[in-house]
Amino acid sequence: MNFGPQHPAAHGVLRLVLEMDGEVIRKADPHIGLLHRGTEKLAESKPFNQSIGYMDRLDYVSMLCNEHAYVLAIEKLLRIEPPLRAQYIRVMFDEITRILNHLMWLGAHGLDIGAMTVFLFCFREREDLMDCYEAVSGTRMHATYYRPGGVYRDLPDAMPQYQYNDWRSKKDVDRLNARRSGGLLDFIEDFTRRFPKCVDEYETLLTDNRIWKQRTVNIGVVSPERALQLGFSGPMLRGSGFEWDLRKKRPYEVYDRVDFDIPVGVGGDCYARYLVRVEELRQSNRIIEQCVKWLRENPGPVMIEDRKIRPPRREEMKGDMESLIHHFKLMTEGYSVPEGEIYAAVEAPKGELGVYLVSDGANKPYRLKVRAPGFAHLSSLDEMVRGHMLADVVAVIGTQDIVFGEVDR
Amino acid sequence: MTAGGPTNAESSAPESIAGLTRVEELAQVFARMLADQLIEVPSREGELTYEVPHERLLKLAEFLRDAPELKFEMCMDVCGIDYLEYGRAEWKTVAATASGFSRGVARVGAASEDIDDSTHATPAAGRRFAVVYHLLSVSLNQRVRLRVFCPDDEQPIVDSVSGIWASADWFEREAFDLFGILFRGHPDLRRLLTDYGFIGHPFRKDFPLTGNVEVRYDPEKGRVVYEPVTIDPRILVPKVIRGDNRYDPQLTSPPPAPSGKPNV
Repeated sequence: MNFGPQHPAAHGVLRLVLEMDGEVIRKADPHIGLLHRGTEKLAESKPFNQSIGYMDRLDYVSMLCNEHAYVLAIEKLLRIEPPLRAQYIRVMFDEITRILNHLMWLGAHGLDIGAMTVFLFCFREREDLMDCYEAVSGTRMHATYYRPGGVYRDLPDAMPQYQYNDWRSKKDVDRLNARRSGGLLDFIEDFTRRFPKCVDEYETLLTDNRIWKQRTVNIGVVSPERALQLGFSGPMLRGSGFEWDLRKKRPYEVYDRVDFDIPVGVGGDCYARYLVRVEELRQSNRIIEQCVKWLRENPGPVMIEDRKIRPPRREEMKGDMESLIHHFKLMTEGYSVPEGEIYAAVEAPKGELGVYLVSDGANKPYRLKVRAPGFAHLSSLDEMVRGHMLADVVAVIGTQDIVFGEVDR
Repeated sequence: MTAGGPTNAESSAPESIAGLTRVEELAQVFARMLADQLIEVPSREGELTYEVPHERLLKLAEFLRDAPELKFEMCMDVCGIDYLEYGRAEWKTVAATASGFSRGVARVGAASEDIDDSTHATPAAGRRFAVVYHLLSVSLNQRVRLRVFCPDDEQPIVDSVSGIWASADWFEREAFDLFGILFRGHPDLRRLLTDYGFIGHPFRKDFPLTGNVEVRYDPEKGRVVYEPVTIDPRILVPKVIRGDNRYDPQLTSPPPAPSGKPNV
């Protein structure tokens, strides 16, 4: 049987060729690549900085985490380290991204196996987090906010406001704007106070829900040994009982300075992975709270001062010939990265997102390979759905949290 | 929901007792057990890279997975590389200083005097295609990178490790699809990412960025047709290799100790 590529439960453009025995799956053969854009090849033809925007479009539900891995790889090759404030901002936005991703996942997963309400609830909170993206970068999704050496700019003191219009009552607009009256940090702090209650709401809908449990418990069970064999990472690996999180085991940026726990699932089924991800929502909220507190107390630069890497500020360029030259060279040729190779991995919401970067000393990458967590997860689909019913395929695709932007690249 | 799993607790400690970093410790284990089997390649701080002779790959992979001192249970990534144009610049910088700079807008593939071959040599036979493996040990919290060169440039072929790590299955299919590297013993080596009926291996360096064919809907035939590309391939930003001392690792990395040497 052919499933997809135009099927709402296929989470994008997955084409599944299923061999069925009645309602039971005998073999599943995923055909991918329908969204293959050759990101890695494109990156080979451009200066390093011009590919940052492509990274957003890999896993388009957790945008900044992709950028983070790429930027981290360049920084390691250049042997530079961003200022501490930039590191805190990155951690904060990584966690905002994680919440964004898990909310999308929870909503879509719920919708796939029959829970409509949770989708609406999740998107309500996603809207607020999208506004954080917008405030800091000007776009709601593809932020292109991280740069080698820091972040593009400091956190703004004002949030974008809602305008009065015909579709929303004045009262409603005023209520939304009241939260947005302060700076970005005030808004995020307000969000972190509200958010745990929202997670409680989702859990009320699902955690003890009989239908939810019937659809997820003992579905898509992966034993710990198989999880390692299949190259799982992130919540998929933790759902099978491994306490493995790059943020703890290989701390990058300031993850070793913030306090959080790693949830670990028992049983390795869809329900365990659901519990892991919901707990991660709460833990991410905790990290954001700590980052907000630190960022309030510690103003400072958000970009390194190295003029061979950081483009000069607009004001400097007006009166300084050197800055003008630097700007011209950085915008046309870019910076050259010393010869070498590096593998930089971050704990993206879906798992280990690694960037393997080979430089031959030029201003463009020689080879860029993105190790997408979803790619490894999807390759195990056959094994996970064998013997299950057709309806469970949808639950398994949902629990793998597949996004085709990163699988196909 | 419990905290803690089958992994052991000491793996989170960044430093070992002997005062060596984790990587140095691993390097010692490799040196002790496998010194005669693989070649260490210099790599960045915090990483370990080894070159593996292609004929030893399978045995070694199995050993790395099973040896209790190594325990590389996971194969995180398998990645093909084409070293055809490694170190080849598209715009002369150093050598052109006497003659003046060109505009650096040469057409791709054209025999241009802009191409800087001074730092570049065509890879020796058997050094064009490589497969790079990234292994991870969850229980010991270690990583290692292995590189295997394909002995034959015309028909690059290496042994498949998909029997050792199941995750390598799709990664090898991807490398086959994009680079044309064949994996001996792979159970199902089909194209993965490119279109049905695609011709060529798009990530090879001699495959143009624009591709070879483009598609459009033909209203007369009533279907989509493939035609040769009409875009002229050209270099938008020339690749430049700056050999100047801005990028000298000795000058850019902090000096280990004050030596009295004047900083140029």
